[in-house]
Amino acid sequence: MQPAEVKLDGIGKSYGEQWVVRGVNLHIRRGEFFTFLGPSGCGKTTLLRIIAGFAFPDEGTVSLDGHPMNHVPPWQRNVGLVFQNYALWPHMTVFENVAFGLRERKVARSEIEPRVMETLKQVDLQGTENRRPSQLSGGQQQRVALARTLVIQPRLLLLDEPLSNLDAKLRIDMRIELLKLQRDLGLTTIYVTHDQEEALALSTRIAVMNGGRVVQEGTSRQIYEQPANEFVAAFVGKSNLFSGRVLQADERFIELQTDDNLIIRTASSALAKLPKTGGEVLLSVRPEAMELKAACSIPTGPNQLTGHVAASAYQGSFVEYEIQFAGRSLKTYAVNPKGKALFQRGDEVNVTFAADDVVIVRND
Amino acid sequence: MALLFAILIAFILYPVLRVVWIALSDETGNLTLIHFLNFFRRPLFREALWNTLVSGLLVVVFSGLLSLPLAYIIARYEFRGKLLLQTAATLPLVIPPFVGAVALQLILGRSGMINLLLMRWFDTTIPFMEGLAGVVLVQTLHFFPFILLNTVVSLSNIDPSMEEMAQNMGCHGFRLFRRITLPLMLPGFVAGSLLTFIRAIDDLGTPLMLNYKNLLAPQAYLRITTVGMDDVDGYVVCVVLVVLSLVSLLAARKYLGLAEYATVQRSAPVTRRLQGKKVFLVWLLCGAILGVSLLPHIGILLLSFSKVWSFTLLPTTYTLGNFAEILFRAPHFIKNTLLYTLLAAGLDIVLGAAIAFLLLRSRLAGRNLLDAIATLPLAIPGVVLAVGYLRVFHGWDFPGLGAPLTSSWVILVIAYTMRRLPYTVRASYAALQQVHVSLEESAQSLGANRLKTFAKITLPLITGGLVAGGLIGFVTSCVELASTIMLVPRIELGPISYGIYIYMQSPLGRGAGAALGVVAILLVSLGTYLTHRFFGGRAGNAFRI
Repeated sequence: MQPAEVKLDGIGKSYGEQWVVRGVNLHIRRGEFFTFLGPSGCGKTTLLRIIAGFAFPDEGTVSLDGHPMNHVPPWQRNVGLVFQNYALWPHMTVFENVAFGLRERKVARSEIEPRVMETLKQVDLQGTENRRPSQLSGGQQQRVALARTLVIQPRLLLLDEPLSNLDAKLRIDMRIELLKLQRDLGLTTIYVTHDQEEALALSTRIAVMNGGRVVQEGTSRQIYEQPANEFVAAFVGKSNLFSGRVLQADERFIELQTDDNLIIRTASSALAKLPKTGGEVLLSVRPEAMELKAACSIPTGPNQLTGHVAASAYQGSFVEYEIQFAGRSLKTYAVNPKGKALFQRGDEVNVTFAADDVVIVRND
Repeated sequence: MALLFAILIAFILYPVLRVVWIALSDETGNLTLIHFLNFFRRPLFREALWNTLVSGLLVVVFSGLLSLPLAYIIARYEFRGKLLLQTAATLPLVIPPFVGAVALQLILGRSGMINLLLMRWFDTTIPFMEGLAGVVLVQTLHFFPFILLNTVVSLSNIDPSMEEMAQNMGCHGFRLFRRITLPLMLPGFVAGSLLTFIRAIDDLGTPLMLNYKNLLAPQAYLRITTVGMDDVDGYVVCVVLVVLSLVSLLAARKYLGLAEYATVQRSAPVTRRLQGKKVFLVWLLCGAILGVSLLPHIGILLLSFSKVWSFTLLPTTYTLGNFAEILFRAPHFIKNTLLYTLLAAGLDIVLGAAIAFLLLRSRLAGRNLLDAIATLPLAIPGVVLAVGYLRVFHGWDFPGLGAPLTSSWVILVIAYTMRRLPYTVRASYAALQQVHVSLEESAQSLGANRLKTFAKITLPLITGGLVAGGLIGFVTSCVELASTIMLVPRIELGPISYGIYIYMQSPLGRGAGAALGVVAILLVSLGTYLTHRFFGGRAGNAFRI
């Protein structure tokens, strides 16, 4: 079956007075791996349930391949869904679980067995078909849930935090498995998660949600490298935020002064329009963009500051430092620390960052 | 531990084994099956066995038919007045079945309200209450909440994603119910059914009140009380009863062990809101079912205030005399009941907590055996335990009592305690299970010794469960008839249930008996209400196997 495209037009859903989703417009293209990313309660699961047909939107239209779906019951949508808790039926064996959808579709008896077996092989579960779900490990249950959905060859795959019940290492393994499987099948996939790393790693595009609205939509790189607002900058990855006002702006550089009297320079190229001189802006600098040096002199140029190390956490592939500066703390990552001297708590350090690494998040 | 074993063996295991032994041995003390062969050779006993099986199964079937729609509606829909319906659905449990039997006689019996109306209008009668049909009717109306409560618990434990997933796969409507919902709620339904079956075949009061004797329980009772303590047939009937109960209990355990899916619930159960016409239909259905099941309550209330009520639709003259009789002339029935049942409940709490503590917090060998013996009373009909007690404790002076145990009221307290012990063991076990060992360990690492930890941490946390278990013991002992009528040493030592039985023997005493019935209903209602207060929404769990 050809993978579907999904259109959400002005979707809104309320429970009583409370709007859990409002004004969502999204177009998910064929074969995309699209992620709804946001904190719990942001409406991402509700949106997924609306697409699956378990919740009806109070406003707007859901369409699949151009057909409005608002009043089509879940069992007629041919949309695959994997629940966070897998929802494997405990009274059926693995085989029966996977065969369920085929039986509902009145697939010929002779065809069911080879298809179930093939799908089980696809998710690396050969030999478990006669076991009960309770006899499987978490990772295996997860794959049964996936197989059960894949076997019906849905035109759209919906995944609701499918990896969140697995332990950390397995989660990362399954992430890669899922990525390969989706890219091989070319199946349109909508993925719901609160884990920004997972979203960045898996998605072709991401919609970041907060308070029932989509606050930014874009590829993983766009979301991480050009956060459109304060929320995205803080929620996806870590950010050091500075607020300040514009001193001068031309086609190449913008120079700003922060509230703590830092001078920061940033490239103008990424901005659609130049900010006015004197305008209020919010800046973000990622921790890994900040470089630390032992303090030797008072900083003079832009994009430099001096602070004290308040805490350091060695994490193997990088060291996380918390730098005390002008009454606030900044986060910096020193990558690949092998063999290098590490800073200690109380050390005075110089922090520098490149103009290209400064992102203007809000531009009033 | 040794003390617990001694108590359980003396008052549960040994009396039962004694009964079994008598049924299995001849005069010279050799093992024999001859008595059982005789049992199956006698048409009377074959018929009693057959009737017991049939009536037990019919009660289960009819209770199931009543419970399933109610359970589904209660678990899945939200509507105006649902709480009222839920409360009404547990009310049948508060009326002792043998009291219900009398009340139903007045309404559905040969010359009861309904048949008088039928006679007047259509010149015909329907024999609702004759023979086995009457027993089945009374028992169904009394026991169906067991199935209902268990099924509701099971249904609301089903994770909604189980059904949503099936819908997502293309399954809906009745097919969804048959393939997913039904199999997932079956464990609760089966648990309730078996409980109902065991209680139904164990019920002595209903057949006695309806004067239908051809069932195993009344046969055992009649043999022992009329033919005598030495009549071996009575013991054989007892053993057959025990075997029936034990087999059903073990089958239930086995099935539940296989099928009790730990569907850990993550999201709240989905209930749909009903409005308009559908609420009306739901009310009509539930109202019809519950209306019939509340008939006994209405009947007994009317009877308790009536002076004369025979061959008329309603009582012809009303009086408060019945209550005066039981409150002032013969107040000992109520006093005895309170004394016995509260003592038994207290003992049950202590024993139950001790056993649960050993089961969960010790590694002593034999604790599982202890559990097995403590659970056994679930499968031992009251008649059988009573027969065992009579056999074992009759005719010799119990140390410290100066008389045989069977001639003292203490025997009733012991019988009640042992009969209800499984409930408190279950309740304490469940409560103690909730208390994670780490809670106790952190108290100990902060310097509290074992005793202090128990007193300050464990005990406060399990009190609710203990009290709830005790209350259930109290509630069910209040209306215990089977062992009571066999063990009451003298009439003035009898509790309410015995009083009702005695009063109901004569037409003139019926009013007073009904008044006692009302008192019993009030006591049981109070206990049930308190149980709900302590157990909250988990009250249903207390009635599970």
